[in-house]
Amino acid sequence: MYRYDEFDHTVVAERVLQFRGQVARRLSGDLTEDEFKPLRLMNGLYLQLHAYMLRVAIPYGMLSSRQMRKLAFVARRYDKGYGHFTTRQNIQYNWPRLDEAADILDELATVEMHAIQTSGNTIRNVTADPFAGVAADEIEDPRIYAEIIRQWSTLHPEFSFLPRKFKIAVTGAPHDRAAIKTHDIGIALKRGPDGETGFEVFVGGGQGRTPVVAKSIRGFLPKRDLLSYLEAILRVYNQLGRRDNIYKARIKILVNEIGVEKFTALVEEEWRHLRDGALALPDDEIARIKAYFASPAYLDIPGDVPEFDSKLLTDPAFGNWVGSNVTEHKVPGYAIVTVSLKPEGGIPGDATAEQMEAIADLADAFSFGELRVTKDQNLVLADIRKSDLFALWQGLRAHGLETPNAGLLTDIIACPGLDYCSLANARSIPIAQRIGTRFGDLDRLRDIGDITLNISGCINACAHHHVGNIGILGVDKKGTEFYQVTLGGSADENTTIGDIVGPAFGEDDIVDAIETIVDTYLGLRTDGETFIDTYRRVGLAPFKETLYAAR
Amino acid sequence: MPLAKDGQLIDDPWTLVADGAVPPAEGALLVSYATWTEHRDALSRRNAPLGIRLDSDQSPALIADDLDRFDLIALDIPVFKDGRAYSYARLLRERYGYAKELRAVGNVLRDQYHFLHRCGFDTFEVATDEAADAWWEALSEISHAYQPAADARRPILALRQARTEHSAPPRPDTATVAAGWAY
Repeated sequence: MYRYDEFDHTVVAERVLQFRGQVARRLSGDLTEDEFKPLRLMNGLYLQLHAYMLRVAIPYGMLSSRQMRKLAFVARRYDKGYGHFTTRQNIQYNWPRLDEAADILDELATVEMHAIQTSGNTIRNVTADPFAGVAADEIEDPRIYAEIIRQWSTLHPEFSFLPRKFKIAVTGAPHDRAAIKTHDIGIALKRGPDGETGFEVFVGGGQGRTPVVAKSIRGFLPKRDLLSYLEAILRVYNQLGRRDNIYKARIKILVNEIGVEKFTALVEEEWRHLRDGALALPDDEIARIKAYFASPAYLDIPGDVPEFDSKLLTDPAFGNWVGSNVTEHKVPGYAIVTVSLKPEGGIPGDATAEQMEAIADLADAFSFGELRVTKDQNLVLADIRKSDLFALWQGLRAHGLETPNAGLLTDIIACPGLDYCSLANARSIPIAQRIGTRFGDLDRLRDIGDITLNISGCINACAHHHVGNIGILGVDKKGTEFYQVTLGGSADENTTIGDIVGPAFGEDDIVDAIETIVDTYLGLRTDGETFIDTYRRVGLAPFKETLYAAR
Repeated sequence: MPLAKDGQLIDDPWTLVADGAVPPAEGALLVSYATWTEHRDALSRRNAPLGIRLDSDQSPALIADDLDRFDLIALDIPVFKDGRAYSYARLLRERYGYAKELRAVGNVLRDQYHFLHRCGFDTFEVATDEAADAWWEALSEISHAYQPAADARRPILALRQARTEHSAPPRPDTATVAAGWAY
């Protein structure tokens, strides 16, 4: 993975010192809370319901075991012994103290991590496919370009006071595991007319109260032009994006208001001036970054591993876990493992310091010392030899990390909700826990099959409920929590926004409603159909009927 | 309001002409875009310095053809989080080649000096006399920049390229990268 050179080190170290000064000015009263707010937000420090919250960037989800151990250390020393992995591949700490925030950043800097631009109206942490570099369908590794974008966007002098936050995601594979079409800019690596790799550029995706699927504004962009084209998009947005209403300030609203053709023309005109300037990417800089993401030293081993096959047969629990949490690797004899952070009754995305350390140890033992965080709030060990899978599974099991539900109904994405968040209208975590318990039976879960369930505690949609196959949105009606349900959303290369089924459900009815939806699907599906397949075939009507029949 | 340049308070010789007023014949005048369009001919005939002050919703593209008439362009930042002036400043410096005084006015805060300077501003309207004191500290807090902008800093990419020309390229070897963090 990428390693800082002296320049990267200097920027991060100086940024911590700068922030330490800002905190000192706040604590001494030189800065009011209003003046301090934008400064702390540029370093990921929010003021939540009960305390400050610090969001630490995990660029495109990549972590070394050493970094993971540092995250565990921070959780133990400065928080209550755990951290929360987020849908943007970051980690959040819910209980840091203001006077220790700079100390935390100092600790993180020792392992080449920071909290720069994890909030505020800035270009946020860039995200990418968690299977980057190991997926069989990949055109080129998206992390190379995500890292290049990370550097360009860091402390960008022109784009640090944008109309609103700005999110960029990159996929290197045709099957989109990074939900790029729900981002302000989505970048897909693709082959050009002469076989060379470049990018298709999508703009204006987003969630929140106005969910929009991003639109393609350039079918093919050569690599050298990546940054100049991004700068052109951002410059158009920075000048024309609405600043009169924060709910209309994202780039999706600008694109919709002026139309994608006009927007594209403005970007292309701006780019005409920029493309041959200092932002043109030299081949040797791309090569320099690319070298950091070279494949690890895989062994030349057979794809068939008899001892693995026999374990599958003799240990059904292991077999179940392999069935849901293990994915094919591009190299024979290796496998990609998803470590579920969704145990029954647990808080989606939470990990204790002990679990973080255990996973770091397992990464060292079995996966070249590297891990990834996924937008589904799980972790990935990307390079496991098939012959090591059983030992890995045992190691995970010793720490409660063997939940065999990746991609299944209880692999729920949930935001912190009203339990932590000052924006929330309703609780998310207790609903996720109750659904997890209701669908705890593994045979039933496996029978239901691949499905995504997302629960957001407010319209800001941090848990991406619009693009969940089943989406749950917490709303407040006269002081009581209600839950609105959407169906048919998806966040892959065929991104769709879910349809609202009808009136919201009360706290006591929402879990029953989910069960009714699942039962309706099971009754309607044909052989081999997943939930989203069936939904796309039959539409909303049958679900609406069963959900509201008894009312 | 006090005016600062390079961390020093400086005199402000410019007289701001109120909208609707007839510009006086003498003295260095700072006019709004509305006044400029209304009194364009008279203002162009004067033999005294002329400056223009643009609101945050007025792109410098509006005056791109007239830039040689202005000795000062002031860009308003009505509230610190309105970041349009950063793009306007870079366009003026880098696209239109404007080389005279570029002033940030409005809600200009110490923690913005660095980015404003990088985007091409050289004078700053500040809230208090003391606000200018932090200038050099603000500019030196972060010593390297990843991006090319309107200032003279060489971006990190250029520094890396220069380093590569003088020594063997510091490429990580695959085995070291694969071993991760085992040092």
